[in-house]
Amino acid sequence: MSGLGNITKKEIRELMTPATFVPIILVAAIFATMGNSIQGIQDQATEPPTIGIINEDTSSFGIIASDILHTRAKSVFNSTSLSELQEGLQTVKDRNGVAIIIIPENFTGRIIQEQQGTFQVYWIMKGAGIMDTISSGAVEGLIAYINTNISRELITQNSTVNASFVLSPTIRQETTYFKDREFVGISPNTISSMLSSQSLLIPIVIMMIIIMAGGIVITSMALEKENKTLETLLTLPVKRTSIVSGKIIAAAVIGLILAVIYMIGMQFYFSGFQFSVGVNLETYGIVLTSMDFIWIGLSLFLALIAGLALCMLLGTFAKNYKSAQTLTFPITMLAMIPMFITMFADFDTLPMALKIFTFAIPFSHPMLAPRALLFHDYTLVIGGLIYVAAFAIITISIVVWIFKTDRLLVGTTKFKWLAPLVRRRR
Amino acid sequence: MAAIEVKNLVKRYGSTDAVKGISFSINEGEIFGLIGPNGAGKTTTLRVLATLLSINDGSVTILGYDLSKQAGEIRKLISYLPEDAGAYKNLTGRAYLQFIANFFDSKDAPTMVKKGIEITDLGKRIDDRVDTYSKGMMRRLLVGRALMTNPKMAILDEPTSGLDVINAQEIRKLVKTTAQAGTTVLLSSHNMLEVEYLCDRIALISEGKIVEEGKPKALMEKHQARNIEEVFVRTVHE
Repeated sequence: MSGLGNITKKEIRELMTPATFVPIILVAAIFATMGNSIQGIQDQATEPPTIGIINEDTSSFGIIASDILHTRAKSVFNSTSLSELQEGLQTVKDRNGVAIIIIPENFTGRIIQEQQGTFQVYWIMKGAGIMDTISSGAVEGLIAYINTNISRELITQNSTVNASFVLSPTIRQETTYFKDREFVGISPNTISSMLSSQSLLIPIVIMMIIIMAGGIVITSMALEKENKTLETLLTLPVKRTSIVSGKIIAAAVIGLILAVIYMIGMQFYFSGFQFSVGVNLETYGIVLTSMDFIWIGLSLFLALIAGLALCMLLGTFAKNYKSAQTLTFPITMLAMIPMFITMFADFDTLPMALKIFTFAIPFSHPMLAPRALLFHDYTLVIGGLIYVAAFAIITISIVVWIFKTDRLLVGTTKFKWLAPLVRRRR
Repeated sequence: MAAIEVKNLVKRYGSTDAVKGISFSINEGEIFGLIGPNGAGKTTTLRVLATLLSINDGSVTILGYDLSKQAGEIRKLISYLPEDAGAYKNLTGRAYLQFIANFFDSKDAPTMVKKGIEITDLGKRIDDRVDTYSKGMMRRLLVGRALMTNPKMAILDEPTSGLDVINAQEIRKLVKTTAQAGTTVLLSSHNMLEVEYLCDRIALISEGKIVEEGKPKALMEKHQARNIEEVFVRTVHE
């Protein structure tokens, strides 16, 4: 065998390990799942939205609007009287619909007088994620289509019609119902945009803290082994709990400092993309109080401790700096998954399996907490705190237990599925 | 009173028996040498006695404490120097000694550090970062760390490993002085001259079993050998 062939063969053999392939397979699986989710969103976007229609206008433009709505949307409630609004809202809500559209009695009359005809839209908003606002976006598209059709009709009928009026002969008056609250004059998309812009930074902060501090903990354990300092440390008169806690606290402090530095830059980056939608959610009582910030801080702190404990657990498997770098990968993924999930959908509107999966990831909770607190959903926040605290305590206990066994030094394990990973790092 | 009492100690790694029921005792203030070929079970035995590894069978008592139940108490009294130990590379030698001393009684810490610096004999280099040290300097730092805490029991795995002749000789003298001051010393070494010079008693370990034990002179007489190296070869290989 030639020198080149010999070296290539040896290198390939060294690289063909679970540690090399498992992270990439995980990434591929995550991207595939995300691709499927996006495909799902596209499928949802092509489906006609479910609505209710109350048409009080039997004249020409009212009929045009009503026909378009009936043709291009799935109407589950039809009426000609505004008095049946409450019944309609209930029906649409029960049928998982998105809105009731009211075409008032004077709709055609106003347009003929070159005054904008008004659509009254009552939105039923289920969540504030990207997926949750697809249906409302489709309805908005329908109303825009009606607007275009009426414009065309007006131009056909009268070529001297006022140009600025004919471009937008209709207007929307909207009210959104979201989490038992009434938002007069705001569409679901506006609410979603406002909430997203308010809560986008928190998941990124959490992700960065976890990734940075987690990397520090795992590397610290690996360096203790690589630099041959671990044996000495374990024979000193110090409790195993103190060693584990000391490493976690130090990493948390440094991780926080690094994250703050990182976020200062990110803040400037994001400020370049922010725009005002002209709505202040505070006027609707959607505001975080100082007590809410304490809840978020507590949630973040506990998630950080839980995350670092998890990193410490992984760090016990790291033999050297190189293997530590590989082990930070699962933590990075765990931090990214809830960030994407909360971006795409509201926790409340997730399928049950995905809900359980999201809840089980400790890093999800500080990401979910701000929105939950805005709508006073303390059950999710407190439940999350209890879960994350229990997760942290159990994980730290496992790490301390490992520190008390031979596993840390000799790498033996009772768990057969971990054996290849451990052998690789011995 | 025996400082260490080992009875039928068994240590397994999975299905491999590293130590197969060894027994020995070490008296207070004694220097006891554990010698044997590579893979004989010396380091495993030392790691067990240093509270790093659990035991599968048998019993170990160190300075009156049961190893299985009172490891925390034992750690207050012992000092362990692993064969291939290292120090935190981003610390200076002095900072490393201070870090170790901080685990002990705070009022003794300054004296410990002072003693550690004397033992290491690194001069001005004590204030340099550890990652700039040569192998010999690192070993002296670690020996200083191990002996500065005035342990009741010092467990030294190849204490002069990596040291040149002069430095090794100084360390041997230091070990001797430490034992004379009342510290019990358990050491392992591949250097038979060192063992002969230092140890009051030795045990030869091979394939996880003690095959010979006694005073160096008595063993040489028993095996009609001129030195411990010959005893070692005859006992282990013949």
